Amino acid sequence: MDIKDIIKPENLVYKKTDLMTDKILSYCPGCGHGTAHRILMEVIDEMGIQSETIGIAPVGCSVLAYDFMNVDMSGAAHGRAPALATGIKRLWPDKFVFTYQGDGDLAAIGSAETIHACNRGENITIVFINNGIYGMTGGQMAPTTLEGMKTSTSPYGRDLQTMGNPLKMTELVAQLPGTWYVTRQSVHTPRNVRRAKKAIRIALEAQKEKKGLTFVEIVSNCNSGWKMTPVKANEWMEENMFPFYPLGDLKVEGKLVNNQ
Amino acid sequence: MKELRLMKGNEAIAEGAIRAGCDAYFGYPITPQSEVMEYLMAEQPEKRTGMIVLQAESEVASINMVYGAAGTGKRVMTSSSSPGISLMQEGISYCAGAELPCLIVNVVRGGPGLGTIQPSQADYFQSTKGGGHGDYRLIVLAPASVQEMFDFVFTGFDLAFKYRNPALILSDGLIGQMMEKVHLAEQRPRLTEFDPSWTITGKTPDREHNIITSLDLDAARQEKHNQKLQAKYQKITENEVRYEELMTEDAEYLFVAYGSSARICQKAMQLAREQGIKVGLLRPITLWPFPVKPIAHLAPKMKGILSVEQSAGQMVEDVRLAVACATPVEHYGRMGGMVPSPEEVLNVLVNKFISK
Ligand SMILES: Cc1ncc(C[n+]2csc(CCOP(=O)(O)OP(=O)(O)O)c2C)c(N)n1
Ligand code: SF4
Repeated sequence: MDIKDIIKPENLVYKKTDLMTDKILSYCPGCGHGTAHRILMEVIDEMGIQSETIGIAPVGCSVLAYDFMNVDMSGAAHGRAPALATGIKRLWPDKFVFTYQGDGDLAAIGSAETIHACNRGENITIVFINNGIYGMTGGQMAPTTLEGMKTSTSPYGRDLQTMGNPLKMTELVAQLPGTWYVTRQSVHTPRNVRRAKKAIRIALEAQKEKKGLTFVEIVSNCNSGWKMTPVKANEWMEENMFPFYPLGDLKVEGKLVNNQ
Repeated sequence: MKELRLMKGNEAIAEGAIRAGCDAYFGYPITPQSEVMEYLMAEQPEKRTGMIVLQAESEVASINMVYGAAGTGKRVMTSSSSPGISLMQEGISYCAGAELPCLIVNVVRGGPGLGTIQPSQADYFQSTKGGGHGDYRLIVLAPASVQEMFDFVFTGFDLAFKYRNPALILSDGLIGQMMEKVHLAEQRPRLTEFDPSWTITGKTPDREHNIITSLDLDAARQEKHNQKLQAKYQKITENEVRYEELMTEDAEYLFVAYGSSARICQKAMQLAREQGIKVGLLRPITLWPFPVKPIAHLAPKMKGILSVEQSAGQMVEDVRLAVACATPVEHYGRMGGMVPSPEEVLNVLVNKFISK
């Protein structure tokens, strides 16, 4: 049997969405960015809104997201993606506009743009990849870095006294009246991937109703920055990141979920 | 017949924006230009033309809203004054790098730092030499009247779109705050068509996805991109120099001044001529591209050239480069928000060149 005999439409069980380009991903093997890209593009594909979608890439490891995502996109300056998205959405209120941002981008340098876009209730979707570290620049401390966590700029571990506390940006934006849907997900197991994808769908669908800003955090790994194998990184994430950044919805249809 | 109205310079910018068919204004308050957004908010241009006005959380956000919206091919602008424009520099550099047409207005105040709220022209270097990081230029227009504040919004947008480059109106607190009559041009429609070769309006099946970016990690390609930008700047330099000459035919001395300083020099020129001193004025209208040739052409006929600017002497460097030692060039300026009087300027001319 030749390989051509196997690759037939009727045998197809899974196909890469056309909304991911054929460019080779620049991410480290095992990194969550690739999966997050894929499910975001799958949702846009399934909703049939490619021609209505405008995305904003950040500065961070996903700076080249526009090379991988087959939708019209703009690359923002570090942290400014929500401002770009605001400018676009105000002029194109019927388009679907999303930003894709890391934790340095969104929670440090772009914290003002994030909070104000959320507070104004811009009808955009923010996908927030929280890996607790600056991946792109070589593993420096991020606002989200956990207590005691070692990074290249906290080589003895994050000291809360001198370096401040890890910032729960998602909890913070959930408090703002402009946010409609706020959730925290992960993409490290097939089950979590399915849930995260569902969350992205809810977030993008809400743009149709112009209900306000939708915010999907994805707690992710940075095996290179954390200096771990991909498998170990996922274990470490479950043991350390999830207790501090618990998965689940924080705000649904404009209402805070129980203990938030 | 054109509509005639008495307006502040800053209001003329705002009315000009609406009538030029601007799609959106994003800004943050700062003296002496806050009237731009105040006028727009009061005027509710959304009802007149559909134009959007949004007060952003900072100048950083404003310019990045402009950057985002400009990528969709719309006519968008922001305005601020010196400290706010400093804050915008990263975003302006991104706009230049990604070749986005947009309009920025700087109603300059005295610096450095928080400085003062009075007029100044000390942002010349920042405006004409790039301002942010990297090799780039903005098309810089310097209005000297409230009428020009209005007109240059149209010119600025037209040049920005012609070259896919940010344009800057470099005004100052004096022109921004003073009132004059303005002939208002007719309402121009907003844009409805967007160049599918580069704008991000949603990928359709008939084209590849468009990407707005200034990034290229491949050094050879990034150099090529830079060369393309430089070639564009060369073309702008060849085609878009604007200036005004007053009484230069018989002049023995020349003022070179722009914006409010040009108005002061115009009066000083009159006073000089009443005393029999033949003075002319060359007023650069585009500060970049700078009117090098016209100045070089006049220089050998002059006994002295006085560059007048409310700064420690910024434009004078370009004047000297243009004059290329053909005749003596001096600078006169006040700083920190002080505005020189015509008599003062004339005295300086006399002391430096005539009664030495
Ligand atoms: C104004 C500015 N400051 C700093 C940088 C350098 N820089 C690039 S990416 C980055 C951090 C990115 O980290 P994060 O947002 O967490 O994304 P990740 O790489 O982890 O996906 C920094 C500091 C920059 N490009 N621009
Ligand atoms: S450095 Fe970290 S965030 Fe960046 S691609 Fe590698 S694993 Fe992913």
